[in-house]
Amino acid sequence: MGEFAQELMSTTDQTLDEILNLAATHFKVPREKLHADDDFFKTLGIDSLQTLDLLTKLENHFRIELPDYELQGVSDFRTLAGKIQARL
Amino acid sequence: MEAAPADRSGEKALSWVLKDGIIELALHRAPCNELGSVSLAELENFAADLRRMQESAHALVIYSELKSGFCAGADLRELYRRSQEMDKATALRGVRDFLERIHRVLNLIDAAPLTTIAAVHGVTFGGGFELALTCDLIIADKLARFCFPELRLGLIPGFGGIPRLKRDLGNAVVRDLLLTGRSINAVKAQQIGLVSQVVGEGESLRAARATAAQLGKFDRATATAAKRFIKSIPQDELRQEIDLFCELYTRPAVQAGLRKFVESSAAQPYLP
Repeated sequence: MGEFAQELMSTTDQTLDEILNLAATHFKVPREKLHADDDFFKTLGIDSLQTLDLLTKLENHFRIELPDYELQGVSDFRTLAGKIQARL
Repeated sequence: MEAAPADRSGEKALSWVLKDGIIELALHRAPCNELGSVSLAELENFAADLRRMQESAHALVIYSELKSGFCAGADLRELYRRSQEMDKATALRGVRDFLERIHRVLNLIDAAPLTTIAAVHGVTFGGGFELALTCDLIIADKLARFCFPELRLGLIPGFGGIPRLKRDLGNAVVRDLLLTGRSINAVKAQQIGLVSQVVGEGESLRAARATAAQLGKFDRATATAAKRFIKSIPQDELRQEIDLFCELYTRPAVQAGLRKFVESSAAQPYLP
């Protein structure tokens, strides 16, 4: 694996870790229960309105704008991390 | 004059109180203050009372008591149900009548000789966004989100949102929010000039009350004259908006969009 690919993977992992930490804190779920490929609707037990809260938290944390249509069909933390990474 | 709090029992969608020169209008119809026939009738009662109360008030604060947000917009389930229960022409007349009634209320709030503040949190979508846009100031907690999702139903905002947002921020912002249907957060909304203050979670009402108290120190006649000078009501465009909404409402795509929304079990029905 090239240096650039490794660097990209490590920054995406870091983004993923920050998302998991933020979700655990905001929705009061033990951090160790959250995993990259979890369906966050099920794991966090959140509805559509709470999903918007999560989106806002993520935008504020990473200081990005993430149009909500980009999240259509996204339900796992790893894919979410990729979407955020593309905006950083 | 002090008004007693309105009756909070039963199925009331809103209530209001006048205290220390500040009128507070609270929205509290679950799940997220959807604006339908019940809310409209109560808004009309509020409007009638506002004419009386504004003689002894300097500010109006509109807020939601529900955790879910300020207001998710028009009651689409009611709109869909009614469209199914009656013939096309009757349904259209009903829609036009609803729009004209809610425009009268919102125009009254927009032009009220008070300084008006929307204290918002969470979902501030569609008609909820349009209600906030009637106010002179919007104070938002940092989890507030604003959106015009109407295009995914094949409609446009119908409660005066387009002319008011255009008046306040310009055509480019309207195009962005209207044509993409995306939602924006409070920080972005402040950057584009929509929101005057962004505050911490759960702090928007406190901040609005503090602002309203400050406004009471100013000469009322001057504040009213200043508002009248700077804030015009875009009457022509508001009329055109009603006409366009009604024209679009008759199309089959709208019924399909409403049905899709009402019957949706998707985890993200609010995402356009």
